[in-house]
Amino acid sequence: MVELVLFVIFAICALFGAVTMVWARNPVYSALGLMLTMFSLAVFYVSNAGHFVAVVQVIVYAGAVMTLFLFVIMLIGVDKAEDRSETLPLQRPAALVLLALFAAGVLVAGARAWTTGYTAPGEAVNGTIEAIGSRLFDTWLLPFEVTALLLIIAAAGTIALAFFRGDGEEG
Amino acid sequence: MDLTVTPGWYMALASVLFVIGGAGLLLRRNALVMFMSVELMLNAVNLTFVAAGRELNVLDGQISVFFVMVVAAAEVVVGLAIIVAVFRRRATASVDELAELKG
Repeated sequence: MVELVLFVIFAICALFGAVTMVWARNPVYSALGLMLTMFSLAVFYVSNAGHFVAVVQVIVYAGAVMTLFLFVIMLIGVDKAEDRSETLPLQRPAALVLLALFAAGVLVAGARAWTTGYTAPGEAVNGTIEAIGSRLFDTWLLPFEVTALLLIIAAAGTIALAFFRGDGEEG
Repeated sequence: MDLTVTPGWYMALASVLFVIGGAGLLLRRNALVMFMSVELMLNAVNLTFVAAGRELNVLDGQISVFFVMVVAAAEVVVGLAIIVAVFRRRATASVDELAELKG
């Protein structure tokens, strides 16, 4: 019962945030809408026994990533109203039709696969830090190390983009 | 009627969020909003990972979410740096204005 109430409330929040993100003219509102959606998803993670993932969601996504987005929005400037005219003919109707088809396909396939439910063997998952950590440093050790390499590459690439300019440009 | 939240509900919500993200990516022309839409799509997929992981009683769903988050964080850092670099040259964040790769 608690899960049902939580699901309804935060599903509405998540959908409202997502629609706000797409609809708002001002990018700051878009960022705030996305932040609301990410918080709601963190609640869903807790409902699904993903405690550590929920905390990481709030810290990394709702905290760091969205702060970075807001920094860049402020840096670029929010005062310029976006021109909503479309340069490609038929792009919008085609996009909407394809999205509707995609949504219908996913929902039909999902409804077929998940109506009866599936009772798997094994103990129920409990995503505590201990469980995630022991799994991560045991089975998933190599991918974990590769992500360290990925993060270093991303940091180095960002620094290169920020500091090294092309020829003939002011510093 | 006993209403319990099955994984199907989370899957449905995640697919709707994914489609909204796709709509933002296809319909908007502001590079920042398009980028946020990609983040929303990644988040929707993360929700399916967690919900399916609980239903199947495996922890690997949450590990996958962890890796998706790392990749998304790296992607955000590089992508926003590119947007800022483009903005410095062109003073616009609209992708319609960026018709050529040359700076």
